[in-house]
Amino acid sequence: MSMKRAFGTAILAGALAAALAATAEAKPFRFAVSGDANTMDPHSQNAGQVTLILRQIYEPLIQRGKKLEKIPGLATSWQAVEPTRWRFQLRRGVKFHDGSDFNADDVVFSIKRALAPTSNYAIYVDTVADVVRVDDHTVDVVTKIPDPILPDKFTSVFMMDKEWSEKNNSIRPQNTREREEMFTVRNTNGTGPYRLTTREPDVRTELARVDSWWGWQDKGLNDGNVTQMTFRPIGSDATRVAALLSGEVDFVLDPPLQDVNRLKQSLRVLEGPEVRTIFFTYDMHRDELLYSNVKGKNPFKDVRVRKAMYQAIDSNAIHTRVMRGQSIPTGTFFPPQVNGYLKSEDVRYPFNVDAAKKLLAEAGYGGGFEVTLDCPNNRYINDEQICQAVAAMWTRVGINTKLNAMPLATFFPKIQKDDSSLYLMGWGVPTYDALYSFQSLLQSRDGQPGNGIWNYGRYSFAEMDRLINIMKNELDTTKRTAAIHAALKIYREDIPHIPVHHQMIPWAMQKGVNTVHMANNQLEVKWVKLD
Amino acid sequence: MIAFVVQRLLQSVLVMLAVAFISFALFRYIGDPVLIMLGQDFTREQYEMLVRDLGLDQPFYVQFAKFVVSAVQGEFGISYRLARPVAQLIAERLPATLELSMMAALLALTIGVPMGVYTGLRRDSWLSRFFLTISLVGVSLPTFLIGILLILVFAVQLGVLPSFGRGDVVRLGSWSTGFLTTSGLKALVLPAVTLCLFQLTLIMRLVRSEMLEVLRTDYIKFARARGLQNRAINFGHALKNTLVPVITITGLQIGGIIAFAIVTETVFQWPGMGLLFIQSVNNADVPVMAAYLLLVGFFFVVINLVVDLLYYVVDPRLRIDRGAASGH
Repeated sequence: MSMKRAFGTAILAGALAAALAATAEAKPFRFAVSGDANTMDPHSQNAGQVTLILRQIYEPLIQRGKKLEKIPGLATSWQAVEPTRWRFQLRRGVKFHDGSDFNADDVVFSIKRALAPTSNYAIYVDTVADVVRVDDHTVDVVTKIPDPILPDKFTSVFMMDKEWSEKNNSIRPQNTREREEMFTVRNTNGTGPYRLTTREPDVRTELARVDSWWGWQDKGLNDGNVTQMTFRPIGSDATRVAALLSGEVDFVLDPPLQDVNRLKQSLRVLEGPEVRTIFFTYDMHRDELLYSNVKGKNPFKDVRVRKAMYQAIDSNAIHTRVMRGQSIPTGTFFPPQVNGYLKSEDVRYPFNVDAAKKLLAEAGYGGGFEVTLDCPNNRYINDEQICQAVAAMWTRVGINTKLNAMPLATFFPKIQKDDSSLYLMGWGVPTYDALYSFQSLLQSRDGQPGNGIWNYGRYSFAEMDRLINIMKNELDTTKRTAAIHAALKIYREDIPHIPVHHQMIPWAMQKGVNTVHMANNQLEVKWVKLD
Repeated sequence: MIAFVVQRLLQSVLVMLAVAFISFALFRYIGDPVLIMLGQDFTREQYEMLVRDLGLDQPFYVQFAKFVVSAVQGEFGISYRLARPVAQLIAERLPATLELSMMAALLALTIGVPMGVYTGLRRDSWLSRFFLTISLVGVSLPTFLIGILLILVFAVQLGVLPSFGRGDVVRLGSWSTGFLTTSGLKALVLPAVTLCLFQLTLIMRLVRSEMLEVLRTDYIKFARARGLQNRAINFGHALKNTLVPVITITGLQIGGIIAFAIVTETVFQWPGMGLLFIQSVNNADVPVMAAYLLLVGFFFVVINLVVDLLYYVVDPRLRIDRGAASGH
């Protein structure tokens, strides 16, 4: 009897849940990505799939507009009042989703939280020495050194409510030593256009529009009409495309390249460049390579060998065959959206097998040599296929290239131990400023924070280091830009990397979805209009 | 009987320890979880701090001993990837996997056994040939391909069934079930069919060959000579005697279904343990992988135990032998 009743209640509950779900579905915007955000904590993991959700809920002081330009966010204005002091005027009348006011205390708290050792967002606040509350709506950020691109970095630092975080025992991002789950892993309290209503990790995340959000006033900018949205991770490429074709989702951020042309026939596909460049680089430090048959010397120390490898690459073949047109071949290592880009330095050495062979002969490697190419196979778009194609091209000019492809979980630890002679990598620029690329990839690894932390070829060139230091401290924009351009010239002539292309990121959606394609691969739902 | 069960349970403890040890040893080769957790930018100090926090600087045997001690207490640590307790994550995903596996096993049995009997009895009918041809497809096509083909036909072309996910679920205490909503039931169809296909064909072919074997035996001939009805002979005598190998295989296959649900769950984005495992592998999330492998090992052990006990029910000879042996 009781069993029967329990069953009856369960059916009733099920019917009720179904009915409720039906009424709540006004016109939800359903979007799918291959992977879920691992956390809802705004300062814990600095990864694209995390910020993709969080940026709908939380806001930074300075936002990015439709062309990635800086526009006022929670700060209405900002200026460097002294070389090491930036002053931010805060927006008035902004409320968090739980109803409490946004003020200077929250800014001080949030920036300090991003500075915590357990935060993954330290790169955006690395120069910050102190954050000072001037009055309720004014905050000063004191930096250790003059930091001309602090506003650019602050577009990635989300603001939290101090009182809410303290009340929920979340004043720091999750520490793995604690065995408990932190409140902020599944709960949010932002100031943004949407608030979190349901969070089931790896299954679904639901958000609802906040009608009182300050930004809806600006109808010319924030013209979206999405009231409900459901975010669904779908890992399998074929299934994600099928879900879009069958109309079960409205938007797919990362459709597989081989399906893009087919999707264009029945759906809408927006294409654009991503701020991420793929390149090859090599060990330019050791006197003898770890994975080569050349003994007693390192061929990659010779710029003629580097140039020969460069000219052996048929970038057009990679563009048309491997990438099916979804790439922008380049001669430099960041795309035009990044501050400091110079068109005249973005020129490739032409593909020329004879020139490559001649250069190798001049360098004393006319008989060729062997080397192993390390390559990830699940990190960048078609990474392994690019490596296969290029390995064949190098072998053709006499550099017998053995390909060693592996998943990213194995690849990155390997190169991070300097355990590679030649590898493929991709690099994105979250600050949209050239400094980040130069400092991380090309500055000598001298132990200073941030210097050469991804320079696993251990490239080291005094003039390059000098120019990078100017980029770090020079507040005069003209002088700073001149330094970037000079460094780009060295990059092109000294060939510390062999650039391949900027990745393109096609977005696929139903015909009735209108949105702005963003080079940072982040969808802004506040700009999504459904017909 | 009780001694037998106790003996088997003790054996299973050893099996579990072996599973834990092997999986733990393998984890050293899947990559460095610390680098994955730290993301693109970090300092050497941050790296070393995290290694210490996770206890990864300790020797292998210390890490293993710690793991076993806390695993015995049901404590599997915190997921590196999701920053949530592993036990809680698995408890959330378990219902999805079990519902899918049980549904698949049920389908395989209820369809596979009658098909096997039919093809065994009417060897030359066109329907039997048809079944056998179809079963070849089930055995030879890989699961992910079948899944994608089903999605293509039923979700994209016909638009009648969902291509991914579990639909709406209803919570009954800590168990979430998809059996009580229309969307939940619809979502179950394609993954369950995909998962059961291999097992179904296996069971069908097994029953068929066993039936052919049994039908040739003398006691069936005698039964016919006694003038028993065909139904009584085929089901009462023949089928019952084919069941011992069928139960063995089905039992082992249920463990296999749970373990191989990984592929089906990945194709259909079914939020079960298999999907959790794959995502953990990609992120070198060792605590989740260790817990999952232990749990699957545990399922295998329990299922085998149940299978052994079922033999007693089906095959009276085992009972007599045992009884006689213990009587001495």
